[in-house]
Amino acid sequence: MKRTALFSAHQKLGARLIDFGGWEMPVQYTSIVDEHLAVRNAAGIFDISHMGEVTVCGAAAEEFLNGVLTNDVRKLSPGLGQYTLLCNQHGGAIDDLYVYKLSAEVYLLIVNASRTQADVAWLKARAEKFPRRGEMILSDASHNYSAVAVQGPRVKDFIADCIPGASLAALRVNRVTDLKKNQIGEFHFDHGGVLVSRTGYTGEDGFEIVGGDKAIELAWYKVLAVGAPYGIKPCGLGARDTLRTEVCYPLYGHELDEQTTPIEAGLGFFVSDGKGEFVGGETLAKQKANGVRKKLVAFKMTDKSAPPRPHYPIWVNDVGAGIVTSGTQSPSLGIGIGLGYLPPESAGPGTKLEVEIRGKRFAAAIVPKPIYKK
Amino acid sequence: MSNIPSDLKYTKSHEWVRVSGDIATVGITDHAQHELTDIVFVELPDVGRRLKAGEACAVVESVKTTSDIYSPVGGDIIETNKSVVDDPALVNREPHAGGWFFKIKLSNPAELNALLSSENYEKQIGG
Repeated sequence: MKRTALFSAHQKLGARLIDFGGWEMPVQYTSIVDEHLAVRNAAGIFDISHMGEVTVCGAAAEEFLNGVLTNDVRKLSPGLGQYTLLCNQHGGAIDDLYVYKLSAEVYLLIVNASRTQADVAWLKARAEKFPRRGEMILSDASHNYSAVAVQGPRVKDFIADCIPGASLAALRVNRVTDLKKNQIGEFHFDHGGVLVSRTGYTGEDGFEIVGGDKAIELAWYKVLAVGAPYGIKPCGLGARDTLRTEVCYPLYGHELDEQTTPIEAGLGFFVSDGKGEFVGGETLAKQKANGVRKKLVAFKMTDKSAPPRPHYPIWVNDVGAGIVTSGTQSPSLGIGIGLGYLPPESAGPGTKLEVEIRGKRFAAAIVPKPIYKK
Repeated sequence: MSNIPSDLKYTKSHEWVRVSGDIATVGITDHAQHELTDIVFVELPDVGRRLKAGEACAVVESVKTTSDIYSPVGGDIIETNKSVVDDPALVNREPHAGGWFFKIKLSNPAELNALLSSENYEKQIGG
């Protein structure tokens, strides 16, 4: 298994480690519930070094990316990022990712660890067919980068003490906390600069820091030390999963796969209507206009039951109608919650469902997304 | 470091057994509750159910995972602990006391000889 630059830091903290997409990663340090609540109420830091980084540079980079990603890359000014998807010809999701415009002809894609190879293979194959391929360079730069996510309502109170000073490139700001949602700046830091964006995967305010192994190792210890009086905790993938499930962010391999489109997953907002042709665009436009065969819904258990889990059947009016894709006990709400696919006629908020758990059915109801709101 | 009381017997699958006459009380060990961490749900067998030694008969769920609990001995379930159904975190707080799962009337007391002593259980978990 692959290990991140923070592996020894996790061992020192007594983390429980699991295999996640071929990476040996911390699932929890103390308790998923404690780590989850630290992020909701104060602050938490996650190792996200396993995620992939792909750079696309050159005069034709924007045109290329706009032909393969669902969102409109032309809306990005230097120092801004957007959530977007990479789709196949049928509109099925190859990956969901963030694309940042660092400068006029330099783009950084942050992709899922488990999909990095598939993404790079797909992008390279598309690049070979791209008429202006000579005017761009596409590289898998994952081995050059480590990364941490610092998340929670108190993070803005101490992050500038960890990464002091004005940014030097990407978006120019006087201090890191001047970054607004989805903005990214490059800051001076020991062992070279780091990229800091105001993004995350928890539903809380927060920052993600990307840089070389040594810089990120230093950032990990600095954030934990400076954040200690604010209640920061190191957080594992267990809490990352419960946090994102509460706010209904998709996880590739659960809500998204190559047979599922962004429209079906409720991500139509990130599929551009007016930017012209892109891979999968025809199917996605048709689905936007004519509807879909399955729709991602969020639900809460209304019976006392065991927590819903991925692959459990969902019943509507005594008919097996769908499957749970993500499910857990919500640490914030204290009840079972989940996401799953249902036919569109059964996908309206308020619809009564049953989730089958070990052969017995328990009542649940579709709720509006996100499941958890401040 | 787990708490491993010496007056209990243990299984490799992390249940403990407290014997009183021909009645065995069963729960999960301190080591098991620590591994599971945030226990959010416990499902117990029905009273009257007849179990074989090693039979899956209860379920404990943490935030992250679902785990089967196996009866360490054969016999009939005579009582279950409603407190852990109502307050699953009791298993985390008091695994060897208030967090017990069920009581079973032994059908073959000789099966107790196959269980682990506290010393052997401690060795198994690398205590």
